Amino acid sequence: MPTAISIFGLVKNFGSTRALDAFDMTVWDNEVHGFLGPNGAGKSTTIRVLLGLLRRDAGEIDLLGGDPWRDAVALHRRLAYVPDDVKLWPTLTGGEVIDLMGKLRGGLDPARRAEMLDRFKLDPTKKCGTYSKGNRQKVAIVAAFASDVELFLLDEPTSGLDPLMVMAFRETVTEARREGRTVVLSSHIFADVEALCDRITIIRQGKTVQAGTLDELRHLTRTLIEVETERTVDDLEKLPGVHAVEREGLQTSFQVDSDEIDRVLRHLVQFGVKSLHSAPPSLEELFMRHYGDEVSEQKKPEEA
Amino acid sequence: MSQAFTGTLALTWVAISRDRIQLPVWILAVAAFMVAVVSIWNGDLSQEELVSVAQFYGVQPAVRMFGLASGATLGAYIMSRGFVVFAVLVAVMSILFVVRHTRQDEDTGRAELIGSASVGRHANLASAFIVVVGANVLLAVLIGLILTFKGLPVASSFAAGAAFAGIGIFFAGLAGLAAQLAGTSRGATGLALAGLGLAFVVAGIGNILGRVDEAGVRVVSAWPAWLSPVGWGQQMRAFEEDHWSLLGLFAFSFLVLAAGAVFLETRRDTGKGLLPERRGPSAASPGLLSPVGLVWRLQRGVFLSWAVGVGLFGIVVGAVSADLEAMLDELEGFDEIFERIGGTDVIVDAAFVTFMGILALVITIYAVQGLLRMRAEESDGPAESVMATAVSRRQWVTSYILNIALGTAALFLIVGLTVGVTAGIVMGDVAAWAADLVVAGLVHIPAAWVVAGAVVLAFGLFPRRTALLAWMVFVIAAVTGPFIGAMLDLPEWIQNISPFIHVPAVPGESVTAAPIVGLLGMAVLLTGAGLLAFRRRDIDVTSV
Repeated sequence: MPTAISIFGLVKNFGSTRALDAFDMTVWDNEVHGFLGPNGAGKSTTIRVLLGLLRRDAGEIDLLGGDPWRDAVALHRRLAYVPDDVKLWPTLTGGEVIDLMGKLRGGLDPARRAEMLDRFKLDPTKKCGTYSKGNRQKVAIVAAFASDVELFLLDEPTSGLDPLMVMAFRETVTEARREGRTVVLSSHIFADVEALCDRITIIRQGKTVQAGTLDELRHLTRTLIEVETERTVDDLEKLPGVHAVEREGLQTSFQVDSDEIDRVLRHLVQFGVKSLHSAPPSLEELFMRHYGDEVSEQKKPEEA
Repeated sequence: MSQAFTGTLALTWVAISRDRIQLPVWILAVAAFMVAVVSIWNGDLSQEELVSVAQFYGVQPAVRMFGLASGATLGAYIMSRGFVVFAVLVAVMSILFVVRHTRQDEDTGRAELIGSASVGRHANLASAFIVVVGANVLLAVLIGLILTFKGLPVASSFAAGAAFAGIGIFFAGLAGLAAQLAGTSRGATGLALAGLGLAFVVAGIGNILGRVDEAGVRVVSAWPAWLSPVGWGQQMRAFEEDHWSLLGLFAFSFLVLAAGAVFLETRRDTGKGLLPERRGPSAASPGLLSPVGLVWRLQRGVFLSWAVGVGLFGIVVGAVSADLEAMLDELEGFDEIFERIGGTDVIVDAAFVTFMGILALVITIYAVQGLLRMRAEESDGPAESVMATAVSRRQWVTSYILNIALGTAALFLIVGLTVGVTAGIVMGDVAAWAADLVVAGLVHIPAAWVVAGAVVLAFGLFPRRTALLAWMVFVIAAVTGPFIGAMLDLPEWIQNISPFIHVPAVPGESVTAAPIVGLLGMAVLLTGAGLLAFRRRDIDVTSV
């Protein structure tokens, strides 16, 4: 499958701090790609390297067939960026900024602009200095999606939007995908990523820790099981793939690696199952698993 | 009411620790400069020499702009000669500090974060005032000690320090007020600096219009001097009469300004100025839709107010030129003084050279401030969004450089025209005067561009230090320049550092190509190097 972005072994240092440490990411054409990681993991740095705003120290990058540093201007005609913290000129109106950004990017579709303004309920006559964070974000979103580009780089675009606007945003991204465009969505909002993304890359301390479709990631992780039995469940801890067992009388809850579920269920039936509840891991749990390790290691080193 | 100041003490400590480098650097630099200056003007002057330098400041109306003659003593001589320079340094230190800790915090959103904690509405402003007053008092003591150690009378030395601190504190109060009025920190700084410029000019006019005593060593200033805090500092007459009571005037006016700032702060929202927000067009006009159009849109308000300001100043200078000629005609035997300062013995020409030189420094502030907008847009503005579009870095920077370079040139043209035409109307022969003075204005353009080029280089190489380096370059160029440098009697090799020293002294001298070509070459070199450095470096955004 053709790729819109492929990053291999990307390194970026800020002084003595290594922000990106052999980071890899592949974004296919016409997919919505979720980019997850906590603050400071390197999401914005990656996007800024892709935009040629930062110069990489090592690594290979192919962005829409070009080099993000060398071919910056030509590539920027084909993509649109919504920054994490949208900053605008306080004395210009929202409408003026949308037109300006569209023009500098290479052109704007007036009908699309009107439609987007209406969808996001944005008043284009107000000065940017008077906009709230959410409204500044809307200006950047409208400017981006009113442009006819192949790729959208969106850095936490929904962090200031209210729930109705988040729905409008999801609709917009879904449309863009249907029209054959590619979207990279860096986000903290698991619900957005679960609703929109085909594939996901999880970054931690500048390294890729997980990449794939949501199903693939789920398969690699654990399912939460809560069971009530007639007799106390014994020997559960001895089974492979079982974690975090907690008992409260005849109630037992534990996590199990997805490929060990069958064996565990066979074990459970010996004790007379009265009720059983199982939940596949949510994206949040997937994410917490990668970062939760860090927390528990720090808290109880003797159990690690 | 007292609740509105809750947390002031805690924020005072925060302000001190945030400014633990910048403020001490300012204080020590001013103190070191004082040591240097006093050492150069050593105490070996004979009584006759002291009389003659006092007469230099007393008898020449144009020179009175820069210093007030207060008798033939070494201390009075130092005060006449150095007062304005130190007053401006102390005032600028105070203005930048107060704006940095009030309005700038709002621009960056830091104030919102602090404001949501349990601190009062005025705590931030109050803590900024506390620190800046403390800094000025410290500086006053340092100056007092330095002058005392140089063997000057103790009480008068501290009176001199107190006069500078009074001016610093006054402008801290004014900056606090400006921070409430303006919509941004740049606007607040500009407003307060404009106040300083006005205070300098008004005090100077008061001194020019004053009367000199029979010995020619003491000037009694006319009433305008009393309208200006710079004038009050001079009227303290350290080393002559030591009018300590004038400190009360400083204290009172500071309290009025501070109370005004507090009052205005209760009447506005965080992050907003007092001027009402208006709606604007829902779509951009075609003129805005390019990098050059954008910069012009952002800069045009600033440019137009500068154009009006320098134009008015030019008209005033041109209008008084006839009086100046009449006054100077009565004076004999001072030709050599003018020759030294203006490079010509034609008195009116020399006066114009002096005025043009001062205006050149003022207009260079426009260039420096305008170019610093690039850094503000980069660190805390939409520059990264612009450079994420099909605008190259070179295009982005050159649109600023072009705008500022042409704007600076236009200001010089305006000054030359306004001075020349009004002088021509007053003295006759408009065409000749206008032609002469337009040339006198335009010859300064390359020197201003050299300073601008240095700012671009600083921006390219050291993004996080751009503002500090830019103002350092400006202060060095100004202090070593033809007027201040000559007045401070700095060694020639130091004076040669300033690009302004190399400007032909038109209309006294004729224009020569070599210095102009040299300065232009230097400006192009610095700008080009800055552009290259910028194209190779990371875009540096303050937020992570």
